[in-house]
Amino acid sequence: MNAPCFKASDYKSDINPIWCPGCGDFHVLMSITKALAKLGRPPEQIAVISGIGCSSRIPAYTNCYGFHGVHGRSLAVAAGLKVARPDLTVLAMSGDGDGFSIGGNHFLHACRRNVDMTYIVMDNRVYGMTKGQPSPTTEPDWDSALSPGGTGLSPFHPLVIALASGANFVAREFSGDIKACTETIVQAINHPGFSFVEILSPCVTFRPDEREWKNQVHLASVPETDDPARAARRIMTDDGMNTGILYRGRRKPYFASVSDEEGDISALEAAFEI
Amino acid sequence: MNAHSDHANNISFAIVGSGGAGAMTAGAILLEAAGKSGWYGLLNRSVGPQIRGGEAAALVRLSTKPASCMSKQFDILVAIDWKNADRFINAMPVASGGLVICDPAAGDPPKAVLEADCTIVQCPIGELAKSLPGGRENMISVGLVTQLVGLSLERVMEVVATKLGSKGEAAIENGRACIEAGIQAAAGFGHAISMAPPAEKTCDRWLITGNEAVGLGALRGGIRFAAAYPITPATEVLEYLAPALASVGGALVQAEDELASINMIIGASFGGRPSITATSGPGLSLMMESLGLAAASETPIVVVDVMRVGPSTGIATKSEQSDLNIAVYGFHGDADHVVVAPLGVADCLFTAQWAVHIAETLQSPVILLSDQSIGQARVLIDKPAEVSFLTRRKPFEKADEPYKRYAVTADGVSPMSIPGQNGGQYTADGLTHTERGAPSSARHDQRIQLEKRRTKIEGFDYGDHWGVAEGDDGSDTVILTWGSLTGAAREAIDALAAEGISARLVSLRQILPVPLKALEGALAGAKRVLFVEQSFSGQFYRHIRAHIDLPYEVRSLNREGPYIIGPDEIATQIREWKAQ
Ligand SMILES: Cc1ncc(C[n+]2csc(CCOP(=O)(O)OP(=O)(O)O)c2C)c(N)n1
Ligand code: SF4
Ligand SMILES: [Mg+2]
Repeated sequence: MNAPCFKASDYKSDINPIWCPGCGDFHVLMSITKALAKLGRPPEQIAVISGIGCSSRIPAYTNCYGFHGVHGRSLAVAAGLKVARPDLTVLAMSGDGDGFSIGGNHFLHACRRNVDMTYIVMDNRVYGMTKGQPSPTTEPDWDSALSPGGTGLSPFHPLVIALASGANFVAREFSGDIKACTETIVQAINHPGFSFVEILSPCVTFRPDEREWKNQVHLASVPETDDPARAARRIMTDDGMNTGILYRGRRKPYFASVSDEEGDISALEAAFEI
Repeated sequence: MNAHSDHANNISFAIVGSGGAGAMTAGAILLEAAGKSGWYGLLNRSVGPQIRGGEAAALVRLSTKPASCMSKQFDILVAIDWKNADRFINAMPVASGGLVICDPAAGDPPKAVLEADCTIVQCPIGELAKSLPGGRENMISVGLVTQLVGLSLERVMEVVATKLGSKGEAAIENGRACIEAGIQAAAGFGHAISMAPPAEKTCDRWLITGNEAVGLGALRGGIRFAAAYPITPATEVLEYLAPALASVGGALVQAEDELASINMIIGASFGGRPSITATSGPGLSLMMESLGLAAASETPIVVVDVMRVGPSTGIATKSEQSDLNIAVYGFHGDADHVVVAPLGVADCLFTAQWAVHIAETLQSPVILLSDQSIGQARVLIDKPAEVSFLTRRKPFEKADEPYKRYAVTADGVSPMSIPGQNGGQYTADGLTHTERGAPSSARHDQRIQLEKRRTKIEGFDYGDHWGVAEGDDGSDTVILTWGSLTGAAREAIDALAAEGISARLVSLRQILPVPLKALEGALAGAKRVLFVEQSFSGQFYRHIRAHIDLPYEVRSLNREGPYIIGPDEIATQIREWKAQ
């Protein structure tokens, strides 16, 4: 018997995204559905988990199982789900605010814990949903009503943090390059352990300057590596616009053995008898 | 020579020694030996803010009847040393006619002991221990108490053999020599406060802490996943669950914080595995936003809060019932949910199992409010009855129409699909949503889903598990309490009955939704109602008052921690009130 064949559209729901026309997140959605079709797993065996933000609206736009949780906690929901249900393919989704600011601590520990799932952050270097405040990846001089004249703070470097914290797969892509995004997402899902993909996804409304990204991104000149030291060297010269897979590690994924059997608790009860 | 008869129905003793002296081990051995002999009792500890090396006292009460709270005085106090003893000696003084045994090498007893109307006997505990190979002061203490209360050496040695078994035969024999030396020394005191013989055993006995019982009850209820962030006094629930879950094919994940632990259990439960976490006040505060998510997304979870003295870090090792407000009212928006509270250690098992049943059946968060006084107390109880609930989520069955995860139904409970089920895909959402789960900001969707969730919570049949109504039902005087103070109230009523003063007990296990009908029924015929709770502001009283009329004379015995309200205080209030 042939395995059933899936098209990208099988992974799309009938709900219309609320995103602004031209928002990079449309392309991310497209890449994810294409990647899932390539992988060929039925939609009901895939769970897409997110937090809060424009980008985090994505689960309902898929035809997979979805969880649209609270701001910043997509990784925790996803880890709980994957440990409890190792049979599922689990994608955690965030924006740069969701994933690196309010959810920053979970990012460190998800990399370290190395649960076998894929984390995709749609980085637009702004809080889109709340209408244009600087995020941890925003440039220090970016002017906004909340931080007039800019924050003066140097941006957070997600790939460096991921690598240093133990992520098992680290990559960056640009949403406009659907082909590359699709392929990297396939690779990330297939790689055991915690895979992190930062996708530069322009917010055309609050960061119209990001329309220029399509001219600024470039394929990294150095090939991917499984050596964290080499990856670290390359990443220190990263201009934030390098795309491609940076690191593919060999750490053992988090393991917990769970079973569908009911389990017998009589021995546990007997332990309290005197 | 002492205030008690020679054969007491209740004896309380304390073994005092700075951390590391092994006072807790000694107390645990004695309690278990008493249990094997047929008595009831409980063990609690007094520990200081220092993790090790601070004051430690094993506080033990033995009883011929099931005992659920400590006495307010000691009949026997064995002091291995007096370091920091003055910190707790005021909270639990030596009874008049009591016996204090102390090592002269440890210096003078604290003032409170010297001024008490008690007998002080000197016993060179340290020297005795040193004179024996592998001698330990705490084992000498075990011997002293064994002799004074009338335990059998054989029973004590049974316990010692299992506790020291892993250390080999020699360790057990050294232990025996110490215990025998203690027995011999105490025989020379000419002073004993021995226990009345135990009543005949009608069922097996368990020795268990409230925290362990909550864990076991959760497993009985079907919990197979937990996420954990340690916090006193809830950690033992999680430490119990870690190996226990593994042994039944479940898993526990240690999370980076409570924001993660609550969201991990939400994820696991979404995946179809009944899930739990345990925390205390500070952790519950961090979890509130996500508890609201569980309510709105209709994800079943159980959150155990082992309450401690608050607000803020408060007193981490002491008990209070002051998280009622946050558990009931801490959510933003109108988030119908369920709050339950075990009525003592023995009830932790049932209440935890019931909490899982409610959470799974109603697809709702359930908060279980335990507290330090029962969570960390080790108690001898009758083996709990087997309880079985028909617990299951309303299953999704494939149909021709598109699946509506949040479908409006008569009982408010919608069929819930589990990832992996074909045709059951939906997105669980904290956003206001349509019946299909699509985000919506429409007025009617908000209303429909609020009503649906209220229907399931308020319309559920909680059976007769709402609480207990006990005592002389002709009495016009009611003690109204909840959770862990139930045992103290029960003992107060027994003590009053012995004096010919009648009162009855009404205690709530179901805190939210308030069991209006059952409570009004239980209060029918009352003239006086005394609220009893461990909260400075009277949170329970205010909560009940907000829900039902109280056309009675009402008084409140409420106090903050760390001093636990005891049976005698409750009895005094009733006695004085009735005398007016
Ligand atoms: C606890 C909490 N704080 C604040 C918010 C408001 N909020 C919603 S989305 C968001 C930022 C989203 O930014 P990002 O994750 O970058 O997503 P984007 O909209 O840019 O895709 C904030 C602050 C919230 N929903 N919850
Ligand atoms: S505000 Fe920005 S991020 Fe949000 S939908 Fe519009 S373009 Fe996309
Ligand atoms: Mg953003």
